[in-house]
Amino acid sequence: MKAAVLVFPGSNCDRDLAVAFRGAGFETEMVWHKETALPEGIDVVGVPGGFSYGDYLRCGAIAARSPIARALVAHADRGGYVFAPCNGFQILCEAGLLPGALLRNAGLKYICRTVPLRVEEIESAFTAGYARNQVIDIPIAHHDGNYTIDDETLRRLNAEARIPFRYVTTPNGAKDGIAGVLSENRRVLGMMPHPERAIDPLQGGTDGAGLFRGLAQALVAA
Amino acid sequence: MKAKVTVMLKDGVLDPQGEAVRHALSAMGFDEVEGVRQGKLIELDLAKGTTEADIVAMCEKLLANTVIESYRIEM
Repeated sequence: MKAAVLVFPGSNCDRDLAVAFRGAGFETEMVWHKETALPEGIDVVGVPGGFSYGDYLRCGAIAARSPIARALVAHADRGGYVFAPCNGFQILCEAGLLPGALLRNAGLKYICRTVPLRVEEIESAFTAGYARNQVIDIPIAHHDGNYTIDDETLRRLNAEARIPFRYVTTPNGAKDGIAGVLSENRRVLGMMPHPERAIDPLQGGTDGAGLFRGLAQALVAA
Repeated sequence: MKAKVTVMLKDGVLDPQGEAVRHALSAMGFDEVEGVRQGKLIELDLAKGTTEADIVAMCEKLLANTVIESYRIEM
């Protein structure tokens, strides 16, 4: 099993994400944003949290047009897995891989704390390690996590069961408490919270580890 | 040649920053302010012959996120 973690100028969760992948048994390579291709045989691409390109223009906007982004989109189009927490989620929305957009938090403040999420859908490799309606504690750390989407697309996401994680109490104004969204083929997940920061008991909890375990098991089974 | 692109959040998209500015103005005694929307102004220096269609393409592909933003071009 091979994972690639993209690295942009301003990424700051890239190494956390790599540690999480490796902990779940992935051989993991870091890929600089100027590369135009992913290494051979990559099963899953991680798009890390941080402040790619300093959040210039809009969060994730420049990263979504960077050279490696084309390879990322091609990987997703081929049915490859993509896991994108925080700034990664913003990048995927900007790249058109996931619907909607992330606005400034409703309270205008940067929020950095651990929040409970409800796992509402378990039909995906990312959520197979959890029980439906399980509540997990995952850190958030963002200024622009206020997910917005038009009503028609929201109805479709609900009908297709593509909202795996919702906040128990919405901290940032996100529509319907949406914390994460799956692609149509359920192989691309973007979410504002940081499961990769919740894999070590020394850091306050391991509720995020199930996501990486579930993904690894799905790939072994495939 | 130069062009200016104004990017604003679409009507109906809540603008928390504009709201904060409105609150601050109101707290300062500017009671006449009924609403504030905050956006971006982008100035482009362009080669001769650049068309409005070129700028529209720039807006659609990068300068605005048309899921949430609208744009206006002045040449």
